Amino acid sequence: MSEQQDTPLAGGQAPDRSAEGKPQPRVGIVLVSHSKEVADSVARLAVGLAAGRDSAPVEGAGGGPDGGLGTSAELISAAAHKVDTGAGVAILVDLGSAVLTVKVLLAEGDDLPENAQLVDAPLVEGAIAAVVASAGGADLAEVAAAAEEAYHFRKV
Amino acid sequence: MTDLTDELDAGTVFRWLTTAAASVEREADLLTELDSAIGDADHGSNLQRGFAAVVTALGKESPSAPGAVLILAGRQLVSSVGGASGPLYGTLLRRTGKALGDAERVTGSQLAEALRTGVDAVAQLGGAALGDKTMLDALYPGVEALAAGGPHPYGAARTAADEGALATVPMRARKGRASYLGERSVGHKDPGATSSALLFTALAGAVADE
Repeated sequence: MSEQQDTPLAGGQAPDRSAEGKPQPRVGIVLVSHSKEVADSVARLAVGLAAGRDSAPVEGAGGGPDGGLGTSAELISAAAHKVDTGAGVAILVDLGSAVLTVKVLLAEGDDLPENAQLVDAPLVEGAIAAVVASAGGADLAEVAAAAEEAYHFRKV
Repeated sequence: MTDLTDELDAGTVFRWLTTAAASVEREADLLTELDSAIGDADHGSNLQRGFAAVVTALGKESPSAPGAVLILAGRQLVSSVGGASGPLYGTLLRRTGKALGDAERVTGSQLAEALRTGVDAVAQLGGAALGDKTMLDALYPGVEALAAGGPHPYGAARTAADEGALATVPMRARKGRASYLGERSVGHKDPGATSSALLFTALAGAVADE
C-alpha cells in the first residue's frame, strides 16, 4: 500500500488534459451522511488533503428531508447530478438509511446519473482516497477501488 | 365477509393507504417511544412525514390501477421519510405495486402474492431474515396468513402480523442501529415490526369497508 500513497491514481498514466486541451472529465464523488455538517466537512477535508492536484467534483448530501439528521433521496439525487461530468459518479455513504436509500435509488434507475455507483468504503478515509484518485484522472472503477481499499488502512 | 376471490380496485388500495396514514398519525408517539428504547427515536415522526406525503400525492393524482397507486405511494416514502423505514417501506409498496401490474381490478390472491414479492424485496434490500427483530417479523407472518386464505384472510393477516410484532420482544436485534445494543435489545418490541402490523390492520379495515 505504501507505494500507492505516492501514486494514488491506479493506472497512473491518465493524462490531466485531453488531446484538445480541454479539462478531462473527472469522476464525481457524492458523500452521503445522516448529518449535513459531516457530509460537507468530509467533502472539504477530502478536497483539502488532495490539494496540489486539480480538484475533483465533490458534493456532500447530508441530513434528512426535514433538515435534521437523516437521509434525503432528493439531496442525493441533486448532488449526484451536480458532480456528474460524464465520467461516472462514486457515492460513499455512512450507514443505515444512507445505504438503503442509495441502493433503492440505483434500483429505481431514474433518479441518479446513469453511471452512478454505490461504493463500499468507509466514509472519511474512503472519501479522501476517492478524491485523490479522481483528481489524478482515475476512472470510476479505479476511484471505487481506491475508496474500497481504505478499509484496509490499518492504524495500529 | 371478504375472501381472496373478491376483487380489489384502486379505491380499495387508496383506502388502505389513507387508513394506514391515519393509524401512523395516531400511533406516532408509541412508535417513537418504542424507537427511543432501541433506536434513534424518530420512527413515529419519520413515518408520519412519509405517510402525510403519500396522502398528499394521492390527493393530486389518482391512478386507476391498484399497482400504480402502490408505486406512487412507495416513491413518496422513499423521498420523504428520511430514515431506513423510507427505502424499506418504499420498496415494499413499490415492488408489490409492480408485481400487480396494470390491472384495474385484482383478486385478494393476487394481492397476497404481490405482497410476498414486496416482502421478499424488503428482506433482500435490508439483508435481514425472520427472527432478526425487524419489520420482517410482522410482514412475513402477515403475508403468509393472508395467502393461506380461509374465511377471514384479512383479519387473519392482521392477527398474525400483530402476533409477529409482539414476538419480537424477546428477540435480540441483528440488524440496524438496535443491533449495536446486543443483549440489551432483548425485552423491547421492535418499532418496525409494530408499524408493519399497522399496515395489515389498515388493510383489513379498508377491505371490510367495502
